[in-house]
Amino acid sequence: MSAKLLVENVSRVFPGVRGGEPVTALQPTHLTVGENDFITLLGPSGCGKSTLLRIVAGLDRPTTGRVLLDGREVAGPGPERGMVFQSYTLFPWLTVAQNIAYGLVERGVPEAQRRETVAHYLDRMGLSGFAEHWPKQLSGGMQQRVAIARALANDPAILLLDEPFGALDNQTRALMQELLLSIWERDRKTVLFVTHDIEEAIFLASRVLVMTARPGRIKAEVPVDLPHPRGYRMKTSPEFTALKARLTEEIRAEAVLAAAEH
Amino acid sequence: MLGLAFFALFVAAWAVATLGGFVSATFLADPVTMLKDGWLLLTRFGFLHDIGVTVWRVVGGFALAALVAVPVGIVMGAYKPVEALLEPFVSFARYLPASAFVPLLILWAGIGELQKLLVIFIGSVFQLVLMVAVAVGSTRRDLVEAAYTLGSNERSVVRRVLLPANAPDIAEILRLVLGWAWTYVIVAELIGSSSGIGHMIIDSQSLLATGQMIFGIIVIGLIGLVSDFAFKAGNRALFPWRLA
Repeated sequence: MSAKLLVENVSRVFPGVRGGEPVTALQPTHLTVGENDFITLLGPSGCGKSTLLRIVAGLDRPTTGRVLLDGREVAGPGPERGMVFQSYTLFPWLTVAQNIAYGLVERGVPEAQRRETVAHYLDRMGLSGFAEHWPKQLSGGMQQRVAIARALANDPAILLLDEPFGALDNQTRALMQELLLSIWERDRKTVLFVTHDIEEAIFLASRVLVMTARPGRIKAEVPVDLPHPRGYRMKTSPEFTALKARLTEEIRAEAVLAAAEH
Repeated sequence: MLGLAFFALFVAAWAVATLGGFVSATFLADPVTMLKDGWLLLTRFGFLHDIGVTVWRVVGGFALAALVAVPVGIVMGAYKPVEALLEPFVSFARYLPASAFVPLLILWAGIGELQKLLVIFIGSVFQLVLMVAVAVGSTRRDLVEAAYTLGSNERSVVRRVLLPANAPDIAEILRLVLGWAWTYVIVAELIGSSSGIGHMIIDSQSLLATGQMIFGIIVIGLIGLVSDFAFKAGNRALFPWRLA
């Protein structure tokens, strides 16, 4: 397995607010993500997992260390690291189709080819009838599907997702997980997925990385050897339940720590 | 409907006060006299020309101000160093009353059209800059970040995110400040002017023709109402995504 993404000694310290103590969000962290890997970063809220993802995206600068993608150092945000945010970030003044085409326009892809790519992702995301809708007219789950399509349309080297289903109801979330997984099972795009939901972390990942409470660091790495294609029934299988029990123990200790700090 | 009812109530109260003899006709004309005077103004004294001149001044001065202020405001809202450079001066300048500039502008630019345009320009431009800068500066951060992760550079973030995201707010700001521009134009026309609605009003004062004065003021109100409607209809047509 070759290293697609390399996180070397990356830490993040936020300067103190109004003369307060500086806050360490992330302790020096090492992480290797292989080609075609699906990694979930699991941790209690405020543990720095989003900070780590934002640093990989280039939206935040590490205090120490560096991030390498395909051997090149990350200096800022770019289309080869597609990002899906927890908040709904579709551009409200663009239609669904125009949103998906945003990055293609940026790269100067010709109109005909753009339309083809957009149609392809509309189809794969089950959004075919919604090309000309405004984001406002879509449900939360549909908006996040468009956001995923928008990131994928750029054909990124890695897809970064920051709790993308966190604001959705349970049923929608389960469907979105299956949709994302089916896309991964077909394309094997390298994915780094941040979540605080244990079940989600196991169901999607080939490896779950558990983070500690703030200041965050990776405290455990749990491979998930469940076979693909995975379906929702798998969530009640003995193997799944065993993994869930193990991760629940790991994360509980951190959640208790995090709760005590707040 | 309720809005119209209040208009009716207002006119009724006015009619009772004047026609009922509670207020002397010297100070306040009754609605009927006002309409008669207005008809005379329009048919005999070329008031339509005055209206045209005033509208031209407001639109001209305001368009100049918008042409300068909207780009400057966007740049200020988008780039922190530019904001740091300009914000204190603009904040100071926007408190300078445009009406106080009238005598000075007469010295500089005479009493021609340029002076009228400049009064409106000075009155509107700083307000516009600041309001546009605030609107652009408060653009949702996550939308800007999303654009960067999709391959936008700084320039294209301005063009493809900051501009369209704030276009409806900027249109709303223009609508608001255009209302203020009407105040400045009348002030400019009250002093050293030979045409325009403001000029007619000050002329009528020397003749104690309160009917004409009130008619002039009401015409301004009506024009404002029409331009408001036009702006709102324009916004609905231009920014359908807001209403969806």
